[in-house]
Amino acid sequence: MDRLKLDEMKKIFSGIEYDEAAGSYIVPKRDLPNVCKYVKDTDDLSFDYLKCLTAVDYAEKVEVVYELYSFKLNLGIKIKVALMPNDLKLPSVVSFWAAADWFEREVYDMFGIVFEGHPDLKRILLDDGWKGHPLRKDYTDERIVKKPS
Amino acid sequence: MTGLKPEYFRDTDEYFLNMGPQHPSTHGVLRLELKLDGESLKDLTVHIGYLHRSMEKMMENRTYMQIIPLTDRLDYLASMSNNLAYVMTVEKLLDVAVPERAQWIRMIIVELQRIASHLIGVGTFVQDLGAFGTPLLYCFREREKIISIFEEVCGNRLTYSYFRFGGVAKDVPENFTQMVSGFVRYMRPKIDDFERLITNNIIFLKRTKGIGVMSAELAKSYAVSGPNIRASGVQWDIRKSEPYLMYDKVDFDVPVYQGGDSWDRYMVRIDEIRQSLRILEQAVAKLPAGEVNALKANAMRYPKPAKGEAYVRTESPRGELGFFIVSDGSEKPYRVKVRAPSFSNLAVLPKLLGGLKIADIVAVCGSLDLVMGEIDR
Repeated sequence: MDRLKLDEMKKIFSGIEYDEAAGSYIVPKRDLPNVCKYVKDTDDLSFDYLKCLTAVDYAEKVEVVYELYSFKLNLGIKIKVALMPNDLKLPSVVSFWAAADWFEREVYDMFGIVFEGHPDLKRILLDDGWKGHPLRKDYTDERIVKKPS
Repeated sequence: MTGLKPEYFRDTDEYFLNMGPQHPSTHGVLRLELKLDGESLKDLTVHIGYLHRSMEKMMENRTYMQIIPLTDRLDYLASMSNNLAYVMTVEKLLDVAVPERAQWIRMIIVELQRIASHLIGVGTFVQDLGAFGTPLLYCFREREKIISIFEEVCGNRLTYSYFRFGGVAKDVPENFTQMVSGFVRYMRPKIDDFERLITNNIIFLKRTKGIGVMSAELAKSYAVSGPNIRASGVQWDIRKSEPYLMYDKVDFDVPVYQGGDSWDRYMVRIDEIRQSLRILEQAVAKLPAGEVNALKANAMRYPKPAKGEAYVRTESPRGELGFFIVSDGSEKPYRVKVRAPSFSNLAVLPKLLGGLKIADIVAVCGSLDLVMGEIDR
C-alpha cells in the first residue's frame, strides 16, 4: 500500500525519496506544500490528522519531521524535510492542519526554524526575550553547570 | 431607570483580563488572556510555558534508564501511562519482545491508571462548576483504592517508575489479582452512584449542555485526541485501531458521543471508566504465570539501542501520547520528542468559546481535562 502510493507520488513530485530504515518519505523543501496538499486532499489517502510535528538537529542538517495519520486508511506516514543550518526557513503547513500552529511555534522556539506564512510565529514555551534556541546542539548558556570530570 | 440616558446602555468598553497563571480552575499554571465586553467573551489568547522544565533537553543528557522518572512528571495524573509510552518506544528501538505476563500486568496497571485519571478529570470538572466538595471527595476516595494498589505493586503513590525496558521492575504481589477484582466489584456500584449524583443534575446540565461545541472536523484539524475527539463523534481509539499490549485479546467498547459539547466529553469519561472495569475483569482472569522481564539486569539498566528512530503512540487517559526518539547508538538518546495529548487539546480552546460568557471558560477548560505538566514539559 505504502509503496504503491509512493510510485504515484514519485510521478508527480520527482524529488521524493523513501527511506526504508526510518520508514519515511524525504521531501525536498520546495515540494512540501504540494505534497501536503496531495496527501491531504487526495480522496483515497486523506491524511487529515497531524499527529506530531517536530525537528531533529543533526549538526550538518536540521530535519523537520511530520507524522501524519489517515482515519480512512488507519495508516500513519512520516514526511521529512532536511534543512541546511544556514537556511532554516520552511513553508508553514497551518493552512492544511490547524494543529501545526502550536507545533510550528514550538519548533521555532526550540530550533529557530522560521515557518513562512505562519499566522503568529512567536515563542510558545520560553520567554519572549529568550536568547537562542535550546534544542539546537550548539546551544550554550553560561548558566548551564558543567559536569565535574 | 429615570435619569439615565439610553446611550449609557449602548456604549460599553472592551477590556482585557488575565485569567491565571494562578487560578484554581486552570489546574496548573495556565494564563488565559481574555478580551471581554461585560461578561461576554470577545477573544481569548492562551499563554503557556509557566511549567516549562526543559524536559526534552534534560532527556538528551541522561541515560535511557534515567529518563523513566522524568516521564512520571509529564502527566503527573497518569504517570504509569507515560512510563508505558516511553518504555514501549525504547523497546521498539531495542527490538525486544516483552513476556506475556508483563504485557498483561502492564495493561491492568494502565487501565487502573485510566480510571484514576478520569476520576480526577470528572471530579475537578464538577468541582469547578460549583458542585463544591462532595463529588470531588467521592472521586478521591475511589482513586485512593487504586493508589493503594499501586503502592503495593511498586511502593510509590504518584510517581511510579514501575515499567522497565523489556517488562516491569518486579513481579506484582501475590494478592494482586484479588486486589484488582475486589476494586472492580467495589467500583461498579460507585460509578452508578456518581452518575445519579451528577449526570442529570439540572444545574450541571445547564452549565455544560451545548457549551463549548467542537465539531469532528475541528477536532481532527487541531489534532485533538482521546475522550475529547470521541465526544465529537469520531470513533477512534488507538487501543482499537492499532492494538498494543493485549488490547486485542479483551472485549471492550469505545464510547462515542455525537454532540461535542462539555457534557458529552464528561459522559465519554464516565463510560470509559465502565469499559476499563470490563477490561480489568477479563485481564485479571487471563493473567498468565511466567517471567516479567525479558532483559538481563545490565541490558535493562544501560540499554544501547542501535542507530535509528521510532515513534510509538499509545492511548493515554488524555489521548494520543507519543514518544519520538532518535538514537545515535550511544547510552543516551540523541533526541526525544514528547507528543503530549493535552498540548493539542488546549490549542483548540479559543475555537470553542464563540459567543460564550466568562463563566463558561471554566466549564470548557474543565471538560478538556488538561494537565499542564505535559503541555509545558
